[in-house]
Amino acid sequence: MVDPGWYMALAAALFLIGALGLLVRRNALVMFMCIELMLNAVNLTLISAGRALNDLNGQVAVFFILVVAAAEVVVGLAIIVAIFRLRSSASVDELSELKG
Amino acid sequence: MAEALIFVVMGAGALAGGVSVVVARNPVYSALGLLGTLLSVAVLYVAQLAHLVAAVQVIVYAGAVLTLFLFVIMLIGVDKEERRDETLPFQRWIVGGLALVIIVFATGLSLFGDFDWVPAATATVTESTNGTVEAIAEPLFTDWVLAFEATALLLTIAAAGAIALAHYRRREA
Repeated sequence: MVDPGWYMALAAALFLIGALGLLVRRNALVMFMCIELMLNAVNLTLISAGRALNDLNGQVAVFFILVVAAAEVVVGLAIIVAIFRLRSSASVDELSELKG
Repeated sequence: MAEALIFVVMGAGALAGGVSVVVARNPVYSALGLLGTLLSVAVLYVAQLAHLVAAVQVIVYAGAVLTLFLFVIMLIGVDKEERRDETLPFQRWIVGGLALVIIVFATGLSLFGDFDWVPAATATVTESTNGTVEAIAEPLFTDWVLAFEATALLLTIAAAGAIALAHYRRREA
């Protein structure tokens, strides 16, 4: 059995990559994918913690996170498409003005 | 031993996919990198006996969510080149410094810290951690049934909201 700490380290690395991408990229879609990457890192953490603690509730929590993430993706992509219709751009830098 | 091999191979795959999400210029390549990461993480779930969650990960994430991403990428268009220069002053330096601090902290913690972060953990994996459909359903529909219903409501609201957003037109247009 691989030590859960190694899974934690992998999840931390994935989370760091996602966070850096979110801060560096400026295409709204790519930033959104980085958020998904961070969510997956947290899910991996929960799974390995639940296994180490011999508790199924970690997997139940991951199940709920998956559902909420799916809802988040649906609404977020709809917002990106709506913004693209108004601006014909997916760059977050061009959304800096507070006007409709 | 087999699990160690799976961990190394799939962990490398997950990291490679994550890096390609960030560095790829074309959003389609970013989506494919994300697909690689999601599938690798699903294999890691199976290695940790989370069978149902792995199946849901492949079906919902790699299947539905990523297809939606690709739809929107194709809708918005991938030919626009993203500007690579940075408009915020010192932002790249601050991000790099932040990453360095986190890496040093985590490495120090894992090398010199006490890794006994779950004292109750045992090396034996019993039947109760085997995340089959039956095993997950039991707590899901007893202890967490209220949360389950709430997520059902949330999904309905999200679907309705997405349709409303996509249907919206400006009146003068």
